Amino acid sequence: MSTGRTTIAHDPAAAPTGLPRWTYVPAVVGGLFVVLPLLALGTRVPWTGYWTLVTSEPARAALVLSLQTAATSTALCLVLGIPLALVLARGRFPGRDLLRSLVLVPLVLPPVVGGIALLSTFGRRGLLGESIEVLGLQVAFSTTAVVLAQTFVALPFLVVSLEGALRTAGSRYDVVAASLGAGPTTVLRRVTLPLVWPGLVSGTVLAFARALGEFGATLTFAGSLQGVTRTLPLEIYLQRETDPDAAVALSLLLVAIAVVVIAVTHRRAAP
Amino acid sequence: MTPPRRVAARAALLAASAAVTLAGCSTAAEADTTLTVFAAASLAQAFEQIADDFEADHPGVDVLLNLAGSSSLAAQIQQGAPADVIASADTATMDRLVTDGLVGVPQVFATNTLQIAVPPGNPADVAALTDLAAPGLRLVVCAPEVPCGAATTAVVGDAGLTLHPVSEEPSVTDVLGKVTSGEADAGLVYVTDVARAGDQVEGVAFPEADGAVNAYPIATVERTGRTADETELTEAFVDAVLSSEGRSTLADLGFAAP
Amino acid sequence: MTFTLTATVPSRGVDVTLDVPEGRTLALLGPNGAGKSTALGLAAGTLRPHDGEITLDGRVLAGARAGRTTTWVPAHRRQVALLAQDPMLFPHLTVRDNVAFGPRAQGRSRRGAGTAADRWLDAIGLAHLAERRPAGLSGGQAQRVAIARALAAAPRLLLLDEPMAALDVDVTPALRQTLQHLLDDQTTVVATHDVLDALLLADEVAVVDGGRVVERGPTAEILSRPRSAFAASVAGLNLLSGTWTGDGVSTASGAVVHGYASHPGVAVGAPMTAVFRPAAVSLHLRDPHGSPRNTFRGTVRSVEPRGDLLRVRTDQLAADVTPQAVAELALVPGRTVIGTVKAAEVDVYPG
Repeated sequence: MSTGRTTIAHDPAAAPTGLPRWTYVPAVVGGLFVVLPLLALGTRVPWTGYWTLVTSEPARAALVLSLQTAATSTALCLVLGIPLALVLARGRFPGRDLLRSLVLVPLVLPPVVGGIALLSTFGRRGLLGESIEVLGLQVAFSTTAVVLAQTFVALPFLVVSLEGALRTAGSRYDVVAASLGAGPTTVLRRVTLPLVWPGLVSGTVLAFARALGEFGATLTFAGSLQGVTRTLPLEIYLQRETDPDAAVALSLLLVAIAVVVIAVTHRRAAP
Repeated sequence: MTPPRRVAARAALLAASAAVTLAGCSTAAEADTTLTVFAAASLAQAFEQIADDFEADHPGVDVLLNLAGSSSLAAQIQQGAPADVIASADTATMDRLVTDGLVGVPQVFATNTLQIAVPPGNPADVAALTDLAAPGLRLVVCAPEVPCGAATTAVVGDAGLTLHPVSEEPSVTDVLGKVTSGEADAGLVYVTDVARAGDQVEGVAFPEADGAVNAYPIATVERTGRTADETELTEAFVDAVLSSEGRSTLADLGFAAP
Repeated sequence: MTFTLTATVPSRGVDVTLDVPEGRTLALLGPNGAGKSTALGLAAGTLRPHDGEITLDGRVLAGARAGRTTTWVPAHRRQVALLAQDPMLFPHLTVRDNVAFGPRAQGRSRRGAGTAADRWLDAIGLAHLAERRPAGLSGGQAQRVAIARALAAAPRLLLLDEPMAALDVDVTPALRQTLQHLLDDQTTVVATHDVLDALLLADEVAVVDGGRVVERGPTAEILSRPRSAFAASVAGLNLLSGTWTGDGVSTASGAVVHGYASHPGVAVGAPMTAVFRPAAVSLHLRDPHGSPRNTFRGTVRSVEPRGDLLRVRTDQLAADVTPQAVAELALVPGRTVIGTVKAAEVDVYPG
């Protein structure tokens, strides 16, 4: 698309004003602070035999499990998080602000605490655990537990992103759409969500990345068994005990996946 | 807020600390001696007690404890961390430091064996090692990659059993956590872990455990520039751990003698 | 009567009654904050009445008694389309998809809706822009597309809220003509503070002020014989209300205005209104003696350009005078002036 307005940003003759020069100093330091450790990780990677390390049976099992569970958690985050963000941004009911604060708590909670909280809920002696056990379902030590742990920590990322986007977008377009005869579901599908698409995409990416990196809550709540609950971060942690090279190799793999996911979706979401 | 008063209080504090420093200098020659001891996390309680006793016997000496997993401690020493003594939870880690010439001759000061930990009341009626192979039992063990997991593999192999754990945890603490929370019916941990957990778990001893005795070695760390007094003090700490007093402290916490 | 509205919204100080016959256009004329937008919101279904009833084609859209809603049809089932001053085109859809939105939302097939959209784009002369995104349109083009989009939804009632207010002056005449043409058979309410909108688009005018309809009638009549101060000011007329003394209108300030009374036989003491054009007013610094004139002493409030003349507003009236006169009299805000109007230039009528 080449319209007058979108090309202005890339106009080579544009003379941007504003940023004080000193901001570049802390900005460069900040950038290095993030990038340098990633590069340093690269210097530790045993390049000879890298392929063997990352394709070992435990590593492959962990990678496949991580991708599957993170994808499932992200889907669950979308199913639960989109309505939650809508209700928080547009709904009108008492206690909404309190609910918003509570939903964000997992963002600041140490993951281990999240794991203990999940145990208290879905564990054998937990709030819902007994009823679940009666149904013949076992959550703890299962892949389901991994997905629950990941969803618990990732959901706030999606909700925060999307709710912010919804608030910024406002509801004026929704009013116009309704006056044209569109019912609430049509408005949501054809107007509200398309307008907050970039926020939804970035929220989804953040949620996926957070789910992929989840460690503490998973270890506390789900345990660690190859192919069932031992995701890539847990495998890295375990390998560190005996085979630091393998741990570094797998760490790099995790970083690579994160970078690819962010790069791909960022490009897709860009106008 | 009253700034003048705050300033006054601060001045008084400075004066007081100066007085303490001066008094210290005039009474003890060893005032500034600090002994840095690296110890495996499972030794935390025992070594805190031993260090307190040591400080009481040696006025002016400060024992600094660095508690972490044995492999982390070894890695720190390999990268030049300033340690005087290291006590590891397994001989393999210590052997690596010996090979690198970083420590003196290690001495085993305590041993530990596996025990079955079950939730209070033992809901799954675990009485022997063979019970752990029962179908449907939720068993949690250490992953073979970590020392307690290696011990588990050895004991279970010797008994000719095949276990189907629901989880292989990266540390013995994680195994214990699954049992104390009641998620697992049984877990294989060390005797000392059961002792440490108090009445949150019950221990089930089993004779096969003697097939894999975990030894805790201690050694002085090689370091240039140490004075004769400091070298003496370093050796004195190792002796304190090996002394009958030290052993009784360890025994109280469930460690067995070598 | 296809559209009727009788409603109060106490929180906004609004209490209005409106009706629009089938196929006709009613202009709500009034200053900002008069309650025009509230009236449109009530019709569109974005606001609930505290008391009252709103009907369209005999169907009750909303009903309320003492704050309790008795009937409520949600906005999307009302067949009432709202066009605001901002075109609010959906930025993620092409121009064609914007116009096709209403038909699609109402269940038309993709193709059927597309065809309908093309027909409306033809009607507004923008068929060549069908594939563009709204960001690539000028303000005037966007507003025309918004009109096409509203009409493509086939509303039983169209609401226009200041449709020209956000546009450049040089594109409004063309847009007004487009609207005039398209609104022919469309039942419409247009809220505006611009008298030209009322004059060119509306069959009838309801003047809204302070949350109430203060005047109501055929457009031409209201604008030539305004009874409310706002209607007079938008019509560009000076208006003074008072009571009939037998040969003049006695105003609240005590002055008596003489003029040409077209309605003989008015009783003394009956309410009367005196109206005269600003161009009929001359300004002086001292009381001019001589021919029989009405004189109004006042303080200059503002001086603004008005074509080749300058419009001088005092606390009582507006006068259009030449720039030379303003310079000679040194007319700046705060200066006391005396305005005179020949009695023959003053129109006096009951009301």
